[in-house]
Amino acid sequence: MNVPLLSDQIKSKFPDAVIAAHQYRGDDTVTIRPESIVRVAQTLRDDPAFQMNLLMDLTAVDYSKFAQEPQGKGGHINAGIALKQPSDIPDANPWPGPATQARFEVVYHFVSLPLKHRLRVKVPVEESKPEIDSISALWGGANWFEREVWDMFGIRFTGHPNLKRILMYAQFEGHPLRKDYPVTQRQPLIGPNN
Amino acid sequence: MEQPQKTVQQQLETATRSYDPNTGLETRDMLLNIGPSHPAMHGIIRIVAKLDGETLKDIDVEIGYLHRAFEKMSETVSYNGVMPYTDRLNYVSPLINNMGYCMAIEKLLDLPVSERAHYIRVIMSEISRVTDHLTCVGASAMELGAFTVFLYMIKAREYLWELVEVVTGARLTISYCRVGGLKSDLPEGFAEKTHAAFAEVRKVLVEVDQLITRNRIFFDRMKGTGKISKEDALSYGMTGPFLRSTGVNYDVRKDFPYAIYDQVKFEVPLGTSGDNLDRYYVRMEEMEQSMRIVEQCLKQIPGGPVAVDPQTGKPMEASEMVDRAKMGQIDKITDKIAITDPTLEGSDSRVHDKILVSEKRVSLPAKEDTYGNIEGLMNHFKLVMFGHGIRPPKGEVYFPVEGANGELGFYVVSDGTDKAYRVRVRPPCFTIMSGLHKLLVGEQMADMVPTFGSVNMIGGELDR
Repeated sequence: MNVPLLSDQIKSKFPDAVIAAHQYRGDDTVTIRPESIVRVAQTLRDDPAFQMNLLMDLTAVDYSKFAQEPQGKGGHINAGIALKQPSDIPDANPWPGPATQARFEVVYHFVSLPLKHRLRVKVPVEESKPEIDSISALWGGANWFEREVWDMFGIRFTGHPNLKRILMYAQFEGHPLRKDYPVTQRQPLIGPNN
Repeated sequence: MEQPQKTVQQQLETATRSYDPNTGLETRDMLLNIGPSHPAMHGIIRIVAKLDGETLKDIDVEIGYLHRAFEKMSETVSYNGVMPYTDRLNYVSPLINNMGYCMAIEKLLDLPVSERAHYIRVIMSEISRVTDHLTCVGASAMELGAFTVFLYMIKAREYLWELVEVVTGARLTISYCRVGGLKSDLPEGFAEKTHAAFAEVRKVLVEVDQLITRNRIFFDRMKGTGKISKEDALSYGMTGPFLRSTGVNYDVRKDFPYAIYDQVKFEVPLGTSGDNLDRYYVRMEEMEQSMRIVEQCLKQIPGGPVAVDPQTGKPMEASEMVDRAKMGQIDKITDKIAITDPTLEGSDSRVHDKILVSEKRVSLPAKEDTYGNIEGLMNHFKLVMFGHGIRPPKGEVYFPVEGANGELGFYVVSDGTDKAYRVRVRPPCFTIMSGLHKLLVGEQMADMVPTFGSVNMIGGELDR
């Protein structure tokens, strides 16, 4: 392909913002510094080279238990059976893994309809300061996506107009998709007080 | 922490009362609570509407009533164990969810799937798309008073669900796809049954078209209501029939073709104005296009002749196969088909190897093998026992398919164990619901019903 990879173009445009980039199974991915997300997202949307007019998805991943066997009590954990690890399915082009040691990664999937390409942008977020700038001013759809990430992971989006829980109820304690939230934990359902 | 924006209710409580300049009478906005459980709402959702007379001034949408922690549960079970959960995401077209999830895992494994399996998946997804649109159009017509249309369309859906039942053995929670292939092959006579069912569906579509497309009441209530501009639809990330009704040509099947969608001919119907009527037109036309795809697939589908024992010309009994295997005559029977227990009828496919990849670390063996020989049994156990199962390499993938409501994406992160590290679903109606105020504010209260009907909100995938 003659067209340079989107991640390379981002790299040349924002040399100070890019931490890492890789292609895995054809998915072009770039990891950038958290403070530059709004800048990069704006460029992705407005630059004629990218024209990413759809924010397809916005989510997060908690890497705190990555590649560790699950510990402690869980719903379906298979304890007590000695297992030999089966041989891995070979992978010619291995995945480099998360770019930093940060606990969370916020993952954006952008699509360009005119140019028909996709790009995944990942932003590491530290556990000590789970905050990142909101891009809800650029895409209306980011509003609810960011609320969901706040709800599920407890990552705060600064500048978000209405950051409250979306799937869980307001009185819910904790963030269920964090890996340290036990699967078996139950909380009494309290209805909204209105 | 910054103060969250006030809800409609809080705004109302603090709002000062205003007076009508002409009459001097006091006017107040009225608060109307619609849902969570309301006959005009498809699914459990709450809309708090601020009304000025009959005009909607502001709305507050509350979702999450059907949250079942799909994403959390997916991290606790094996890769194949997620399959039944995907059925329950969009329970009107579960086959598309199955396919999307399977293809995401296959992308993670870098596993090529046989062409026949892809064809069957496409056939089943397109049938599901028709059932989904039938439900959506039928239900929204019913809410406008056209109850007959609803009954007709549910009748048509019934023909298609019978097809689904013949193939998968279930109507709703089908779990038909497997990583690497499918549960079972198409049954005999499927093509004829499909053509017969499509003839009935087409009849119903013509009938419905005659009943409501030019019906004054239906037309007036759909035309110009629930309007959204191209720019807003894109900004909110809306996809599927919703986006296409505004005139944006985006269909995952065309723009990022997967499976065998590049080998079939079909058109992507587009609207112009992005109102309820255009969405109705788009859905009606998409049903026809979906049926067109299925018919082409049935013509083009490769393979599929029944393999039989060359000596007898009949499939072999499982018990006989075991006897022969005990005598060490494995070479004669490894590629033969056994007739297994009658209760397994749905799964004793005769061309299993044509629909499943031969990678033993991934695909479940045919039931004949599981019950007929020790290798198959071990293979089966290695995939279904706790702690065993598919172990994809470390990695992350995003795979989109065109769901009935728009782009349905699965983002899967694997850490090399037998359970997915993270499974994220990008539900198509989540983005539509997030932009619902763009569709409703400024409209009449009564227009909320057709607009909300055309959103085709599916609680299962919205709340997960």
